[in-house]
Amino acid sequence: MAYSDKVLDHYSNPRNVGSFDKSDPSVGTGVVGAPECGDVMKLQLKISDDGVVEDARFKTFGCGSAIASSSYVTELVKGKTVDEVLEIKNTNIVQELSLPPVKIHCSVLAEDGIKAALQDWKSKRQPAETPPADEVRPAARQG
Amino acid sequence: MNGKGVYMDYQATTPVDPRVLDAMLPHLREVYGNAASRTHGFGWEAEAAVDQGREQVARLIGAKSKEIIFLSGATEADNLAIRGVVEFYKDKGHHVITQTTEHKAVLDTCRALEREGKAEVTYLAVDEQGRVDPDDVRKAITDKTVLISIMYANNEIGTVQPIGAIGEIAREKGVFFHSDAVQGAGKLPLDVEQQHLDLVSLSAHKMYGPKGVGALYVRSKGPRVRLTPMIYGGGHERGMRSGTLNVPGIVGFGKACELSREGMADESQRTLALRERMREALFDQLDEVYLNGHPVHRLPGNLNVSFAFVEGESLLMGLNGSVRPIAAAASQPPIAVSSGSACTSATLEPSYVLKALGVGDDLAHTSIRFGLGRFTTEEEVDYVVERAVTEVRRLRELSPLYEMVKEGIDLKTVAWQRD
Repeated sequence: MAYSDKVLDHYSNPRNVGSFDKSDPSVGTGVVGAPECGDVMKLQLKISDDGVVEDARFKTFGCGSAIASSSYVTELVKGKTVDEVLEIKNTNIVQELSLPPVKIHCSVLAEDGIKAALQDWKSKRQPAETPPADEVRPAARQG
Repeated sequence: MNGKGVYMDYQATTPVDPRVLDAMLPHLREVYGNAASRTHGFGWEAEAAVDQGREQVARLIGAKSKEIIFLSGATEADNLAIRGVVEFYKDKGHHVITQTTEHKAVLDTCRALEREGKAEVTYLAVDEQGRVDPDDVRKAITDKTVLISIMYANNEIGTVQPIGAIGEIAREKGVFFHSDAVQGAGKLPLDVEQQHLDLVSLSAHKMYGPKGVGALYVRSKGPRVRLTPMIYGGGHERGMRSGTLNVPGIVGFGKACELSREGMADESQRTLALRERMREALFDQLDEVYLNGHPVHRLPGNLNVSFAFVEGESLLMGLNGSVRPIAAAASQPPIAVSSGSACTSATLEPSYVLKALGVGDDLAHTSIRFGLGRFTTEEEVDYVVERAVTEVRRLRELSPLYEMVKEGIDLKTVAWQRD
């Protein structure tokens, strides 16, 4: 398979690799995918009190396109407000990285990952004010 | 190592041995007669070359030369063996026994025959190292069984099947025994008498011969096997496979068989030593590495391992030269290996062979097959180990799974969010 130069670049020099402390209230963590499906992404956003993404980290188990998608999305979210992050679509990733059709699911997973991280951050911030929604994961409710 | 890098995909195909090419060249230049032309010297010359090739192929497997049918390759040989027997012996029975890790050329032929209503097929399970139990074969035989088809050695995991024991059972029960011996032939001893084989599929390009030529051994007596042909025409190859013979290919195939037969003992030993050097180095330097297939009953040139928590395609990408860091090409030649990961398959499913062994999809996605052979050097083995270890470590730094395991999390207890 021929990869685009941008996929190769992110694969060789992934941006923002690493982990934040999950228990930090300013950090939202999203883990999406499953090992038996061949890709798992952990995306973390560090968000200021006024709702701006100050920093991001990722770790990804998956093919080169999955690594590149998550690496790129961590660059994309930095400096954006929470509302702006919600507007990011997987198609932005597909276009930037020139992903072929068989790799579109990698971009979908990256989008799901940042949305899950945002959700985690939101549920951490307002545990008392808003009762946890059904889709909030048990781990987040305990926090 | 050449300009394209280090080739470690010998189960996919092998380079043509220069001695094979030398034998073939005159038959691509001045000797161009049709081996079926009986009326002139051009034909006689070609026929003599084919006769010699047939003799060389037969000798590799302890057969008589008239029992060798030349055709396009092992896929055709598997198709002809299975379909040919099922159709010819349809009045005797319609039951076929095979097993789940066979090559698709066998499995898909069986499935096609089932769909057409011509056969009922039993697919025997294998153990977790990929071996079929001869007792299971015995138990599966019914009075309607016409054929048992069990491969000699598996192309993905290298597991060698107990074909001698299965052959004995088949002979005792009066059932024909076919073996796809593409991977084992020329590397491990194979004898149609000792192993009671009635049909054997062979391919030239897996044993340092040219692509596009293969053979089917068809037993002529004790018992005689008859086949319904799939390709009709001039009645070549005793009517079982019409079509003008590929003389240069057959000459090369014959030479390849002769070289493999003469050098087999030394080459097996040398290849096995290299493979073990590689296995030991990888297992010494990395944790969470798993061998797929059998530790002993295994092709000498096959090493299939799962590097847990590192997806196979991402590892291939780091090895195969997709990534070209500046000025790295000379110091870091690309490496050719293959993976059982879904991302490298046309179907986007992980390897059905690993699945049959009970290897979980999570580990199947991390499997890499290193295929070693005649021209593999110790220097190449050491280089590939070094690169693989470096890439696995780098990708594990990127892997959330490796991080979780190091934190003591049992991945099986995690509620994964599936697509």
